[in-house]
Amino acid sequence: MSKKSYRQAINEALAQEMRRDPTVIIMGEDIAGGQGAAGENDAWGGVLGVTKGLYGEFGGTRVLDTPITESAYVGAAVGAAASGLRPVAELMFVDFMGVCFDQMLNQAAKFRYMFGGKATTPVVIRAMYGAGFRAASQHSQCLYPMFTHVPGLKVVLPSSPYDAKGLLIQAIRDDDPVIFLEHKAMYDETGEVPDEPYAIPFGEAKVTREGKDATIVAFGRMVKFAGLAAETLAREGIACTVIDPRTTSPLDLDTILESVEETGRLVVVDESNPRCNMATDISAQVVQQAFRALKAPIGMVCPPHTPVPFSPALEDVYIPSPERIAEAVRAVMK
Amino acid sequence: MSERLTAVTMPKWGLAMSEGKLTAWLAANGGKVTAGEPLVEIETSKISNEYEAPSSGVLLRQVVGVGETVAVGDILGVIGAAAAAETEVDAFVAKFHAEFVPPPPSDDGSGGEIYQTIQVDGRLVRYQQAGGGEATPLLLIHGFGGDLNNWLFNQIPLSAGRPVYALDLPGHGGSEKSLPGPAVDDLAAFVGSFLRALEIERVHLVGHSLGGAIALALALAEPARIRSLTLIAPAGLGPEINMAYIDGFVAAERRKELKPVVEMLFADPAVASREMIDEILAYKRLDGVTAALRQITAACFGGAGQAGRLNEVTMPVQAIWGERDAIIPAAHAKAVARHHLLPGAGHMVHMEAAAAVNALISDFLILAD
Repeated sequence: MSKKSYRQAINEALAQEMRRDPTVIIMGEDIAGGQGAAGENDAWGGVLGVTKGLYGEFGGTRVLDTPITESAYVGAAVGAAASGLRPVAELMFVDFMGVCFDQMLNQAAKFRYMFGGKATTPVVIRAMYGAGFRAASQHSQCLYPMFTHVPGLKVVLPSSPYDAKGLLIQAIRDDDPVIFLEHKAMYDETGEVPDEPYAIPFGEAKVTREGKDATIVAFGRMVKFAGLAAETLAREGIACTVIDPRTTSPLDLDTILESVEETGRLVVVDESNPRCNMATDISAQVVQQAFRALKAPIGMVCPPHTPVPFSPALEDVYIPSPERIAEAVRAVMK
Repeated sequence: MSERLTAVTMPKWGLAMSEGKLTAWLAANGGKVTAGEPLVEIETSKISNEYEAPSSGVLLRQVVGVGETVAVGDILGVIGAAAAAETEVDAFVAKFHAEFVPPPPSDDGSGGEIYQTIQVDGRLVRYQQAGGGEATPLLLIHGFGGDLNNWLFNQIPLSAGRPVYALDLPGHGGSEKSLPGPAVDDLAAFVGSFLRALEIERVHLVGHSLGGAIALALALAEPARIRSLTLIAPAGLGPEINMAYIDGFVAAERRKELKPVVEMLFADPAVASREMIDEILAYKRLDGVTAALRQITAACFGGAGQAGRLNEVTMPVQAIWGERDAIIPAAHAKAVARHHLLPGAGHMVHMEAAAAVNALISDFLILAD
C-alpha cells in the first residue's frame, strides 16, 4: 500500500490487467508516441501521460497508436471485443464521442441483447471529462448522462485513486461495454492505493461520510467538493451523509433511498448540464420511491445550461463549488 | 507535582495512530471513576472505542471537551484519589502541557516504517513490531479473514519491556495471498519459519480464533521454542463453529452483505463501523483473497479439532473467551484448565474487552517468563 496519483492508479490497473490477461490490448491516439514526439515510441503516454510505459512493456502488438479517426478505432475495438479480445480504447476527450457514437450506442450496447445473450462485448472506452482545465467548450463537457441513458452500457466515474484502479480492473474484466470516465482535473490527486490488483463491483455506492441531517449525492470530482461542503456544515452543526454512487449505470439507488429515509433531506451535486442529468434522474426516482420521507424539496447543484466557458473567470463560476453545495444544504434545512 | 493526581492521556491504538478525537465523557466532573472501567470514548480514522480509567478516584477535571482532537499522549483529564484544590489541578495541567512533547507525525503511507516485510519460504509477509527489551518476545496471530490491525488495542499495551510482533498470515492483510498450504499445520509450520526468519529463538504465542488453532499446532510441533500459549476464542477445541459466519464472510461481495456478518463478531454490533466494513471489503477484493479463504475454510473448519492433544502441551496455557461469542461457543473454554470468560464481549474479545484481555495476558506472561 502506498500513495499514488489518480493517473498512476489507472496506469497500474492497465499494466496489471495486461500482465494477467494476454487478450487485453489498448488503443488510441498518441497513447504510445505522443504529443510532439519525433517518431519515437513511448515518449509521452497519451496527452496527459496516463499510458506512459505500457508500450515499452507490452510492445506495439498490444499498445496500438491510432490515427485521429475515432469512428474507425472505436469501431475496431468493439469488433475486437465481440471476437475475443478485451480492448481498452482511449477516446482522449469524451467530447469526441460525437464522431463514434454509433459504434457505442447502436453496436456495442446492443450486441448482447440482439444476439440473444450469445455474444459479449467486453470493451472499455476510457475518456477524459469535466471542466476546470481551461480547455473550452469542446474539451470540457461531462456527457455521462448521455451514456447512462443507453441500456447496455455501464458508466463509471471514479472519484479517488483507490476507486480508479479497482473500478478500471472491474471494467476490463466485465463482459459488457463500459464507459470509464476520468476527470482531467483529478490526475494529480493522490491517495492510498494497494499495490496488488483488486476489483470493485459496479452498482455499489461508497458512503464517504455519515450524518443524520442531510444526504448529499455527488459524482466524480464533485465527491471531494461535497466532502469539503460537509466539513463546513459540520462546524455549523449540520451533519451530512455523502454518497458517491461510483457508477451511474448500474446505479445503487438503494443506498441513496436508505439514507434519505433517515435524513429526509437530499441535495444532488452533478457537474453535467442540468437538463436530463443525474441530478434530475435521481431526484425523480427518490420522489417516486421515498416521497413521504422527504422533509424539504430536493436540492440540485449543477452548472448552468450553457457550454463550458473558455474565460477562466466564467469557467470558475460555472463549476459547482463547495460553497454552492453548502448553500444548497442550508436551503433544504430550512 | 502531586502524587495524588493522575493524568488520563490519549491512548495509542495501533502504530499508525498519531491523534484521536474525544467523542464522549462517560463520567462527570467530580464523579467517581474506577480503574479499568470505561471513562471516555475516542474516535480515530480507523475505529471508535471506549477507553478505560487508568486509576480509581474522582474525575477532577475534563481537560479536553467533546469533539476536540488531540495528539497521542496528550492529557484528556485529571483523576485524583480524593477532592483537590482547583489551583492544584491547574498547576498539574499546566505542568503537563509544559512538558508534553507531541509524537512525530505517523506514517502517512508515503513510505514510513509502520509495517515491515520479510520473505519467508519465498513468500512476502507483512508484520509489525512494537516495543523492545530483554524479555521474551511475544507473537500475536490473528484469526480467519483478519490481519495484524486486529491487535491495535493490544500490541502497544503488551510491549512494555518486550518486543511484540504481529504478522499477517498468508492469504491475509498485506502478506502474499497464495498459501503455503491450507491446513492448520501448514500455516503453523509457516509461522515457525517466520520466527526463524526473524531469528526469534523463544517466544510467547497469543492466537485468536484460527490463529489460536495455529498457535496450538505450533506449540505441539515445536514445544521447545514456545514459552507460553494464550488462546483467545480459539478454533478447534470443539466441533462447533458458526459456519453461517464463515460462509457469509467468504461469500459477501458488498457492504450490505458483509455488515450483518461482521456484526456477529461483536457483542455490541455498533462496533462494526462503516470504516471497518470498508476496510474488510477492500481486503476481500484483492485478487487471490477469496480463493485463499475458501481453501482455508475447506481445510481448517468442521474437523475433529485439537482438544484431544491439549494434554500434550508442555508450556503454560490459558484460554480467554467472550461469554457472548457467537462464532465459537465459550463452552469450549472448559477444555483448558486455566480459562477466563469475560462478560459482555463477543468473538473479538481482545477488541471489546481490551483492557481486561491485556491484563490477563500481561499477568500470565510474568508467570511464564
